[in-house]
Amino acid sequence: MNKLYIFLKYFFIVVWTVFVVAPFLWALTTSFKDFQSVNGGVTYIPWVDFEPNLEGWKVLIKSPAKGGVDIIEPYFNSLFVTCTASLISIILGTLSAYALSRYTFKAGFVKNNDITFFFISQRIMPPIVLSIPFFLFLSSINLLDSLTGLIVVYIVLLMPIAVWIMVDFFNKVPREIDETALIDGCNPYQAFLKVVLPNSIPGLIVAGMFCIIFGWIDFFFAFILTFTEVQLLPVKIVALNSSVTPWWSLSASALVSVAPLIIVAFIVERYLSKGNLSGAIK
Amino acid sequence: MDLVANNLSYKPDDQYHLNEVSFNFKEGNLYTILGRTLSGKTTLLKTIAGLLTPDSGEIEFDGKNFLKIPVWERNVAMVYQQFINYPHLNVFENIAFPLKQRKIDQSIIKEKVMDALKSVGLLGYENRKIQELSGGQQQRVSLARSLVKNAKILLLDEPLVNLDYKLREQLREEFKNLFSKGLADETILIYSTTDPRETMELNGEVIVLDEGKVLQVGPAKEIFENPNSLKVAEISNDPPMNIIEAKISDNQIRFEGIDVEAPQHLSKLTEDGLKIGLRSSDIELNENGHEFEVELAEISGSETLLHLKRGDTKIIVSIEEVLNFKIHDKVKINFKIDKAYAFHADGKLASSPFGGLNG
Repeated sequence: MNKLYIFLKYFFIVVWTVFVVAPFLWALTTSFKDFQSVNGGVTYIPWVDFEPNLEGWKVLIKSPAKGGVDIIEPYFNSLFVTCTASLISIILGTLSAYALSRYTFKAGFVKNNDITFFFISQRIMPPIVLSIPFFLFLSSINLLDSLTGLIVVYIVLLMPIAVWIMVDFFNKVPREIDETALIDGCNPYQAFLKVVLPNSIPGLIVAGMFCIIFGWIDFFFAFILTFTEVQLLPVKIVALNSSVTPWWSLSASALVSVAPLIIVAFIVERYLSKGNLSGAIK
Repeated sequence: MDLVANNLSYKPDDQYHLNEVSFNFKEGNLYTILGRTLSGKTTLLKTIAGLLTPDSGEIEFDGKNFLKIPVWERNVAMVYQQFINYPHLNVFENIAFPLKQRKIDQSIIKEKVMDALKSVGLLGYENRKIQELSGGQQQRVSLARSLVKNAKILLLDEPLVNLDYKLREQLREEFKNLFSKGLADETILIYSTTDPRETMELNGEVIVLDEGKVLQVGPAKEIFENPNSLKVAEISNDPPMNIIEAKISDNQIRFEGIDVEAPQHLSKLTEDGLKIGLRSSDIELNENGHEFEVELAEISGSETLLHLKRGDTKIIVSIEEVLNFKIHDKVKINFKIDKAYAFHADGKLASSPFGGLNG
């Protein structure tokens, strides 16, 4: 019984690991292949099955003049837009969420829960519905094809996530903690900064993670709202595709583009394993 | 420095949380607010602290309008029934928090925090995380945090209710010591509780609160001996005082076919709708007594609580030993009728064995 349990446990762990890791390995080997090794039948092992070369990677950093597709600028554009939009969304979202959790708002039949739902409802609409209004809006304020315009749009998309997660989190932080801070001589701003916020770090991390993921992987709005001046990574990667599909550089760019998310995941995992997410508030 | 309230009312929904509450608290005294759950105790304490603003009424402290002063400038301290501490700070930082907020010198903070730790018996715990402490220890930390401020008004909102029996006894003892150590010389101590025993033990001035209304104010002994109404008699006794609908005529108290000779302080009450009140401890098992049927027998600590029934009359008897009874057993009991109270049909006290009213 016990041995069977251990066997099954490791069996499923191995199966799952293969399931998760195999695509990465596949992409990694493909990125070192050339036309011949991709199209000339199935090959797996470098140096044995095929001769690896760095052409797929070189294309990514060569300038277009030399026949490459420079993804370095779009890469940093993407990083900048995602981080800025996430940061602003988290700050604004946390403040709104705190207000929604602690104060009572009322405008006719509209109450706190309705306002929270209004935020979430922004995510219920399919993106295509929003694309035309966003396009017209950005063009009217001359921000089409600019980083600032993208940041504005991403804040609209990411802030609901932050509000949604943080409202739920603040609702679980006992009100009495704020009240005790007030009694102990904090004004409401100090109570928020010195007591509520330090106890909300787990929530902030979760919200931040979601914002970064959703911001980083967005293709649709980056595609619609930019043309030539500014390009983001997902759009550039898709643009790699030409008459001959360059599997090698596509694989390389895919690996490069998931790298930041993997780094974020590792940091959060370290934090999680320290037990910092549990037991902060009973 | 007195804390005076006039006609405080607070009605956030369709029910009064506070209903025309007035009081005059003097410094150096202990006030106990006794009331059942949802009677408005916490609301009253939060109103004094400034966390709630009453709909109407005034609070004055030291001659100043208290309602105009925000919470963080009021210099009050409060201990909640849940153990509220700052989870991200350790024990020392928790207790030092209110002092740091006042920008007091580091060395003085250290000294004061150590003093407070000592007075709640937590020396040596200063570097522990809050989550590592037991409930009782957590509550001591929050007590220490409220003591360290030397607040003029100290509010304790059912501080012992979430602790287990033994800890409760122990902390209650420590509270009494703390209160009597001269801590209270310049402080107004306000302690809310649902527990009549706690009230009697703390032996301060008692305010009986029910549905947001003050029912009676007086020293603990006075509330115990002469509750001014049925409600107060129920609230200030645990188990609640037995209420028996009876009729007095020819010097006999008559109910459910039982005749008991009326004691002197009850003999003149011949009106209709009279209710006789008798504490559960003033009824005893007696071979020659009146027969009742057992509805439920619960053993609590070293005590047995018997829920008895005869006709429509239900009473609770507490016996100072552990006895086993079965449901539907017949028992014989005797009433210590000279300890009986009488209440008018409207619930007002008619007569008490301690000389209240018609004595």
